[in-house]
Amino acid sequence: MKANCWVKPNTVRVENVPDPTILNRRDAIVRVTSTAICGSDLHLLDGYVPTMQKGDVMGHEFMGEVVEVGDDVDGDKLRVGDRVVIPFPIACGACAACRAEMYSLCENSNPNAGMAEKFFGHPIAGIFGYSHLTGGFAGGQAEYVRVPFADVGALKIESDLSDEQVLFLSDILPTGYMGAEMCDIQPDDVVAVWGAGPVGQFAMDSARLLGAAKVIAIDKQPYRLAMASRAGHETLDFTQVDVRSALLELTGGRGPDKCVEAVGMESDHGTAPIDAYDRVKQTARTESERPHALRQAITSCRSGGTVSVVGVFGGVFDKFPSGSWMNRSITLRAGQCHVQRYMKPLLKRIEEGQLDPTRVITHTLPLRRAPQGYDIFKHKKDNCEKVILKP
Amino acid sequence: MTHDKLTRTLGWASAGLGVPLLLSAAPAARALGIRDGTRQRATMTAVGARELASAAGLLGQRGPTWLWTRVAGDLMDLALLGQAVRSRIVPPRAFKTALKQDDRVRLGRTLFATAAVIAVTGVDVYAAVTRSRGAKRQPRDGMVSLTSSVTVSQPRDEVYARWRQFERLPDFMAHLDDVTVTGPRTSHWRATAPFGQTVEWDAQITYDIPGHRLGWQSVHGSEIRNEGDVRFTPAPNEQDTEVHVRIRYSMPAGKLGEALARYLGEDPHQQLDDDLRRFKQVLETGEIVRSEGAPWGKRARREFPQHPARPLSARELRKVRS
Repeated sequence: MKANCWVKPNTVRVENVPDPTILNRRDAIVRVTSTAICGSDLHLLDGYVPTMQKGDVMGHEFMGEVVEVGDDVDGDKLRVGDRVVIPFPIACGACAACRAEMYSLCENSNPNAGMAEKFFGHPIAGIFGYSHLTGGFAGGQAEYVRVPFADVGALKIESDLSDEQVLFLSDILPTGYMGAEMCDIQPDDVVAVWGAGPVGQFAMDSARLLGAAKVIAIDKQPYRLAMASRAGHETLDFTQVDVRSALLELTGGRGPDKCVEAVGMESDHGTAPIDAYDRVKQTARTESERPHALRQAITSCRSGGTVSVVGVFGGVFDKFPSGSWMNRSITLRAGQCHVQRYMKPLLKRIEEGQLDPTRVITHTLPLRRAPQGYDIFKHKKDNCEKVILKP
Repeated sequence: MTHDKLTRTLGWASAGLGVPLLLSAAPAARALGIRDGTRQRATMTAVGARELASAAGLLGQRGPTWLWTRVAGDLMDLALLGQAVRSRIVPPRAFKTALKQDDRVRLGRTLFATAAVIAVTGVDVYAAVTRSRGAKRQPRDGMVSLTSSVTVSQPRDEVYARWRQFERLPDFMAHLDDVTVTGPRTSHWRATAPFGQTVEWDAQITYDIPGHRLGWQSVHGSEIRNEGDVRFTPAPNEQDTEVHVRIRYSMPAGKLGEALARYLGEDPHQQLDDDLRRFKQVLETGEIVRSEGAPWGKRARREFPQHPARPLSARELRKVRS
């Protein structure tokens, strides 16, 4: 089959690889009908996530049709022929983390837990196509994928919703939603969202859905800010205004009550010296992140407010504004999304028309043109917001 | 800073000596009755720098290492002072001439300094020896000692019962190839040791408290001496079970063998952690999870470098399943 593979930093290539087979008794094989490129795939592409290997199949956002199931897959939950969306974290459903609905912390799904533990102190769940640190699972930017614990995660789609409407339940829609949910939004809250990429857009929509009085998007790409604006959110271009002053202006001097960080480890910055500082340190591998957006979210947030982090971080960074965080009672929350927890409720919201995930799609390409998709997405060419690939 | 009073005192003494030696070598040399020359000054400065380094080490770090460097420094000082004394008593060019008055004063100073250093050396040796005794963590009997714990979401009796089925321990323990129960309290074990060797031994149960605790040890005269202990305790939520494992065994080449094995990627602590993780997987999910990158199940040591995260070819699959 054809699959999009990581070759080396800044290079992915569509290659012919063997078809997947059942390796565990609760596996299913899914024929992929739609898959997408995620912003976090760009961190892998850029080489900032350790333990990628030549030939790894990329991709953790995908859906399709079940074509084979292992002997122990619960037939009441999943059968051959089902149309399914697959959540990106692989979760067993039986461990303490899964029972607490913290699926991205599953204690049993990462065969390389010992490796992950060395990087993070404790291991995290397995994730499709997302380095060997998260298990070394082949990803979904392919014609077929093996899905472990298939009867736990897979969401059956029984209505006639299009792939485009439900595909993002695999990652970015729940991730954006969790970003807003972790803010514990109260009526009258002003919510600022750093990053108007797809996750940021869904965090904005979710914040409004959860009752925010005002939602502010912060980015530097005019087309991404325009997309947020069309969806009814306010916008700030951090290359044009001083973010802190502008946020104070928009909030009567209080600062945003809640902040969502949807940028992560490769943040850009309006001020050249700080940007240069982080770039030099990241290149010299003395810090693994360029965390400017997170720093700014913490210092901009209202005293007593919450900063919710769904942008991806991988290692360590310095110049953390600990004084601002501690002295001003800022709550800092974070997490890889516990997708399985949100899939059904968000599917219902899509069916009821409360959320329209299709609004971020700008490009649809055949799988064989995946490298081109990465290129336009990474370099923000052709006003690219979200790329869907069709095997 | 170190909490040991003697070590701290010695640290400050080093600092008190190091600063004047480093900053004003010439007056310091005069005070010690040593001739003031370029070479002598350089020696004084070097000794001063050494004392400051000792001070930083003694005040900043735990452990006896820096005390031993002080002892070494004392011996060096004694050698230098001895040289100075000899040069006074036996002036090479004025053999048999009487010592001049100022030479006598200098010699007196040097001898006094030598006596002081000998006294300090005594204190330093005492401190280094006494502080080294407490620092040994591992007993020196050639046994490797490992501990690890895991929490399993199953009732205590079931977790105990699964462990008690010794024949099934190889399902999740990477190095165990085969266990045969040979009697009510005895069993025969076969395992892969580092560097591909196979080792076998007979073990007997030393105590067995169903649902609580299990202990075993190799019988006398076994190729590999080992003993182990597993405790099963309720987790704070009263539903899950904490498994605490302690294993001691003799490595074929003791500590050296362990270090070598670790260098080759077979860290025994990591192995035990991974074994317990797989035990948990087996109990909670029924099998050991496999990925394309790590398709080997329990054979974790084949993990590096891993297979790429892409489906396996038919040939690779046959190898994995064999």
